[in-house]
Amino acid sequence: MSAAVEVEALEVSLDRTPILTGVDLSVSAGEWVNVVGPNGAGKTTLLRALLGLVAYDGKVHIDGLSSQRRSVRAQHLAYVPQSPVIPQGMLVGDYVLLGRTPHRGIFAAETATDTRIATEVLERLDLGGFGERAMQSLSGGERQRAVLARALAQQTPILLLDEPTTALDLGHQQDVLDLVDGLRRERGLTVIATLHDLTLAARYGDRVAILSEGRVAACGPPDGVLTVDSIAQHFGAHVRVLRDSDGPVIVPTATTSAHATSAAPAGRAATQNGDHS
Amino acid sequence: MRANGASGAASASGIQLQASALRARALVAGIVAVVIAVVAGLTIGPAGIPAHRVLMELADLLPGIAVESGLNDAHKAIVTDIRLPRVVLGLLVGATLGTSGATYQAAFRNPLADPYLLGIAAGAGLGATIAIVNDIGDGAGVFDLVPIAAFGGALGAVTVAYLAGHIGGRSTASLILAGIAVASFLAACQTYLLQANADAFRRILAWLLGRIATSGWAEPALLLPYFLVTTAIMLRYRRALDVLAVGDEEAAALGLEPRRIRLIVLLAASLGAAAAVSVSGLISFVGIIVPHAIRLVFGTSNRILLPLSVLFGAAFLVLADLTARTVLSPAELPIGVVTAFLGAPFFVFVLRTSRREIW
Repeated sequence: MSAAVEVEALEVSLDRTPILTGVDLSVSAGEWVNVVGPNGAGKTTLLRALLGLVAYDGKVHIDGLSSQRRSVRAQHLAYVPQSPVIPQGMLVGDYVLLGRTPHRGIFAAETATDTRIATEVLERLDLGGFGERAMQSLSGGERQRAVLARALAQQTPILLLDEPTTALDLGHQQDVLDLVDGLRRERGLTVIATLHDLTLAARYGDRVAILSEGRVAACGPPDGVLTVDSIAQHFGAHVRVLRDSDGPVIVPTATTSAHATSAAPAGRAATQNGDHS
Repeated sequence: MRANGASGAASASGIQLQASALRARALVAGIVAVVIAVVAGLTIGPAGIPAHRVLMELADLLPGIAVESGLNDAHKAIVTDIRLPRVVLGLLVGATLGTSGATYQAAFRNPLADPYLLGIAAGAGLGATIAIVNDIGDGAGVFDLVPIAAFGGALGAVTVAYLAGHIGGRSTASLILAGIAVASFLAACQTYLLQANADAFRRILAWLLGRIATSGWAEPALLLPYFLVTTAIMLRYRRALDVLAVGDEEAAALGLEPRRIRLIVLLAASLGAAAAVSVSGLISFVGIIVPHAIRLVFGTSNRILLPLSVLFGAAFLVLADLTARTVLSPAELPIGVVTAFLGAPFFVFVLRTSRREIW
């Protein structure tokens, strides 16, 4: 399978502070890769580099991208930010239609095709009757679906999701990720998502990449990547990794006792209890 | 956006989206407001000319129409040489300030932004003050240097604020702060000049409070090209401004160049406002109240807001000027006093009666 996104030796500095110091990542067309990592590891910066929103050194290759112009890039990559700006007073329908901007140009009015696509996307995301509602009147789950709808209206082959489940309860987290999975299968989308919840990262998608200290420390199927040792090393977290038929389940262990003694015994206990890898 | 099953492909739920757009009803409301303001501005005045004769005289001016209004020459002159240019100037100034205000608010994503945010008022005020205290103009004629000095001061202030804002950083907040700094500095300079030239105080104050005074068609003719060009640019970018509502980062991810768009629309809005201010003085509040009232009634989309700001801004200022010249007739109130005095209560009324959440 050809690579939809190919990143080599990607380096990004923000305010002269190095954030990414040599990221290599290859994502095949139709694949779903979850990028996990501790706070400040540069997950969002990686997505922003793919979008061309920050200056970078190294190579970012987006399949089929014929030009570095933003409008062209926006026809290939759609972005769901972690904390989307919800414009006051904007209607859901207008918001979703913003996704058509890269196709229509900034001076042109929406065509019938644009409104048809936006209508279909709203229907698909169970927001059919929401077109005339104000964005800020939506609940958290509805709002997240509306933001996703805007990204889908862009009709790009690649979808970049930055912490799409952050503000949602467990049920709505599942809803959104199931929805993304279904859409990926229907439309053959390539998905790159950052996620905090390691268990969700293991459940959804094909591979997990751990971003740590500005590099991809490990990348592969969840079973091989999300181990007690790697989580302790990169997240400083004390966990047990349980297994079930769907993959690893990452369970935090109480750290109060661990802190009282030392971190090492907690890690060993977890290994004995759960992780056989 | 309206539920509309008849147009386009029917969807599963039968609800077909439509983008927010300027509806005929809103457009008609704006045009009616302009017509009412124009008719009132032309027919009401201390000369006591009957309204129907004024309208007949105006019809006579139209090509291909010959109507005998029965007015004597003095009254004809009042209508065509005094009231008509004054109403036209009011339309142009009001339309320019209203549209510039709406554009500033959209470009900064800030409801408190107005055309004077980046120092136009302070720059124009200082320019006019310098011209007046140096007696290079009396603020009344066209060929004096007061409007030119005001225009130069306004553009200079905006330029300095924009450059300083970019040195400070890339956010709109640093631009606003730079505007505040420039405005404060220029206001201090102006206050010093006022203190040092007490004899010119009244003339300077009269200029600062604004007025729609014309000497024939010179002022409207001066402002017209600026109005046409800058309003055309602002209207052309109305859809891009809607995309900017999601912030620079997301707008860029949607394929736009937010900083370039902001530069272009702010240049246009500032140029228009500077030209308006240079012929009319500092008329406050129009750039804030007109766009906000429109948002509350017709919605927040810039594709609705900007065209309606042209119409309602024009109508509002003509009516304000009518009030300014009739309330204390034969004396005139400064129009800035009227815009604030009428505008503020009206704004509170609209705020109270509207259920829309706009900011």
